[in-house]
Amino acid sequence: MHRRELQEQYEKLLSNFLAGDREAQLYMAQQLSKSLVTQDIAPEDIVDFHIQALEKLVQMPEPVRESFQLLLEMMMEYGNTYRQHNVLRDKQKQLESEIDLAVVMQQTMLPQVLPEFEGVEFGLISVPAKKMSGDYYNILQENDVTFSVAIADIVGKGIPAALCMSMIKYGMDAQYGLTPATRLHHLNIVVEQNIDPSMFVTMLLGNYDTARHSFRYAVAGHEPGFFYRACEQRFYDLEGRGLVLGVLRDAQYPEYELNLEVGDMIVLMTDGVSERKVGMHYLNRQELTNLIQGELAHTAQEIAENLYRRLLLMTNYELPDDHTMIVIRRTK
Amino acid sequence: MNLTIRMESQSEQSVLYLQGELDAFTAPKLSEQLTPLVQQPSINQVIVDMSNVSYMDSTGIGTIVGALKTAKRSNCDLRIVNVTPRIERLFRITGLSEIIPVEPMEGEEA
Repeated sequence: MHRRELQEQYEKLLSNFLAGDREAQLYMAQQLSKSLVTQDIAPEDIVDFHIQALEKLVQMPEPVRESFQLLLEMMMEYGNTYRQHNVLRDKQKQLESEIDLAVVMQQTMLPQVLPEFEGVEFGLISVPAKKMSGDYYNILQENDVTFSVAIADIVGKGIPAALCMSMIKYGMDAQYGLTPATRLHHLNIVVEQNIDPSMFVTMLLGNYDTARHSFRYAVAGHEPGFFYRACEQRFYDLEGRGLVLGVLRDAQYPEYELNLEVGDMIVLMTDGVSERKVGMHYLNRQELTNLIQGELAHTAQEIAENLYRRLLLMTNYELPDDHTMIVIRRTK
Repeated sequence: MNLTIRMESQSEQSVLYLQGELDAFTAPKLSEQLTPLVQQPSINQVIVDMSNVSYMDSTGIGTIVGALKTAKRSNCDLRIVNVTPRIERLFRITGLSEIIPVEPMEGEEA
């Protein structure tokens, strides 16, 4: 519809309204308003329709006429800002849907089903602080008696970290059957060549032999996990040294071995679990193991989930960093 | 929380005194100053004094790692001094204290 026709339509509407036909004209005004949006008519144009119509229909006192200049100016700015806001909102929606797609893709890099082994139970929880996670984990069946475990924290948050995860995942996929130290050595070369200079990856990789219940692992600068010795009812720090991935090409990674008795447990985590601030105080490792100790009667999965919930409660439901924890317990 | 950086230079050495928190929000500020500094041909040693850094997260470490790589290429000696035990632990766990000199605060044991 042309502007002139719209102007006439508005004038008629106002005239009828002022003549006393209030209800019907209000309804029609609503309908007209909706159609104006679809015709890209700005709010200040409607004010202009109103001024033009009033000029014809009534004798306006001068202050009232002048006051419309102010309203017109306000509506013009409002309209401009509103349109900019809408453009930004549309862009944001587009961005969000792209991120949602990336989140789905990231999920496909993480194991959907864990392997099952006689005499070993797993607990696993991984919750991103934002939409995309910088934590990577995997528990993979290597052969009839062995599974491999990986936990990694890609430093640098958000999308760059998440994209780096694919490098870790594909790098690892090509390493079937190798020892943890060799795998870290190879991964380090890949990461060092491809990562942004200010990013790096911390990682722990291990192979668990369920026939001997031995766990061989190597560490690349990763937050030490815990080893729970059931017969002593005591937690030890998981020993292990090695440089983070992506800094020095020729870094070497020593291997360590643990032998698990029935009830013994390995707890692996990222710093989102260990670096938790409660009020003004950072939880220390003793406090963390005390919390785990309180959950020992539960299954490995319940231990991981309950600890997550308890930490969340203690930190007023704030999750500042991605939280990933793997629990491996020998049950018989 | 913010990060303030004060620089003191004499002959071939520069010292950056940091104060505040070194995290994802403030790390770019350090990077902007530290990275060009370690590349300056006239400077052959850069010392980062962290005695007044109350908190550093892994992004902060990332900035130091980035600067370390640049410093090595430029033959500049980069060292970190006066770190709190908490920050010293971060350097130790990540294995970085093996490749970059990190000195704890005077009177503090690792």
